[in-house]
Amino acid sequence: MMKNQTIEEKQYLVRFNADTKSHLHVLDPNICLTKCPDKICTIFCPASVYKWEEIRMHVGYEGCHECGSCRIGCPYENIKWEYPRGGHGIVFRLG
Amino acid sequence: MPEKFDCIVVGAGPAGTACAYELAKAGVNVLLLERGEYPGSKNVMGGVLYRKMMEDIIPEFYKEAPLERPIVEQRFMMMDKESAVTFSYKGLEWGREPYNNFTVLRAKFDQWFAEKAVEQGALLVCETVALECIVENGRVVGVRTDRPDGDVYADVVVLADGVNSLLAKQLGFHREWRPDEVALATMEILKLDKGIIEDRFNLEPGQGCTIELFGDATKGILGTGFLYTNKDTLSIGVGTLLSGLIKHKIKPYELLEYVKNHPMIRPYIQGSEPIEYLAHLIPEGGYHSIPKVAGHGVLVVGDAAQLVNAIHREGSNMAMTSGRLAAETIIMAKEYNDFSESMLDHYRMKLMESFIGQDLKKYKDATHHFDAFPQYFERYIPMMNRAASQMFTVDGASKWEKQKKIWRDFGSTGEKLKLARDVIKAWRVMK
Repeated sequence: MMKNQTIEEKQYLVRFNADTKSHLHVLDPNICLTKCPDKICTIFCPASVYKWEEIRMHVGYEGCHECGSCRIGCPYENIKWEYPRGGHGIVFRLG
Repeated sequence: MPEKFDCIVVGAGPAGTACAYELAKAGVNVLLLERGEYPGSKNVMGGVLYRKMMEDIIPEFYKEAPLERPIVEQRFMMMDKESAVTFSYKGLEWGREPYNNFTVLRAKFDQWFAEKAVEQGALLVCETVALECIVENGRVVGVRTDRPDGDVYADVVVLADGVNSLLAKQLGFHREWRPDEVALATMEILKLDKGIIEDRFNLEPGQGCTIELFGDATKGILGTGFLYTNKDTLSIGVGTLLSGLIKHKIKPYELLEYVKNHPMIRPYIQGSEPIEYLAHLIPEGGYHSIPKVAGHGVLVVGDAAQLVNAIHREGSNMAMTSGRLAAETIIMAKEYNDFSESMLDHYRMKLMESFIGQDLKKYKDATHHFDAFPQYFERYIPMMNRAASQMFTVDGASKWEKQKKIWRDFGSTGEKLKLARDVIKAWRVMK
């Protein structure tokens, strides 16, 4: 049996050229707190960018794959999603 | 950079580069914008590139392009928890010219392709995001980039900005995609010795094999897994509709681990080392989700126009052909010096007449059907596995008895009727 690889281990394989400011913004933090018990973005984000920290959503934009799932999948359309500045963000080397 | 071009292409993936290549070759002054550090640095694909549509653009490209392996065998595994029914076609005609398809690594291939467009005379500018189209009097006249003084103008702008398609959305060509119009794919590149790959996949040196995985690979959620051979790596991945992940509350990377550890898959990849992890969306809305693709001074190509045939995992070919058809239309528009919507709409007509429009029309209801009726993946694939196991296990029971057991396993009379109806319905959406 192979050991299951964690998302942290997977993310370690990826090259990022992170910008100094985030390209992802939760528009209204109150919606996450009061209206969204599932916090589904913390489940489907393939890079585990979104982490719920007791009362607020932590957005680890530095590890974002820029796939767009959070913008489309947020049930409250509560994520402002832009591309990182030119040349920044994820840099795929192979696939 | 000069202020005005004949054409600006946003995005140096297969669609945008194909368009820029054809335009530059015809002497059109074209700017190709790419937001990544280099073309391919933001792009992900399971890895199958089709020869025909690429050769429509660059004949005999396979003699110099960075390709991984020509595919000689395509397998389809219908998986249960610890079994699989496998279909396969292997043909050596695919292993020689003119070839059928190849595996590629996109970061390498896209760079090469964009360089070819540059050789034809296209101006490639990387690390530049197109923020919005510049619209004047109802016509797209250029794009606003994130560079200082970053407005650039053109007679026509081609939106090849990929699945998120933010620019076409801004123009009102489509609303935001729904979670059931996109599939989220995660994949890994696994390093493995060439010889081991060839042994495990039963290949002569240099030949390649693709395996598509259905059923338990996605825990019964609508989607597929894949395992493709590259030169000295494997690409393994899994993609499901975003709506499926939301509904079943599944973490995509855990699903990927599940596939990697599946007893039908593990032996293929044992001892390999993951060297890259990638996630990307695939537009899978199909025919009904194709947005408006032509407007005043603007065209939409490739993923940005939802041009993917999810049933046959074709996308890069549709991207290239759509880019080429857009270029043909622009060349014609330039002759008439008319970049109005009615002129550029020739692109939409060409698109719909081509295999792209035809194939997407053929499968227009397929994804939705299999999404709405989960029993195909959840119930019928395991049933198929049990039937094969029953029939091929020699245990002293007669074959007639075995057929009876299989028949009983199909369930009550009502369930059998439902199965029959589902088979007919599946035929209708696929025919």
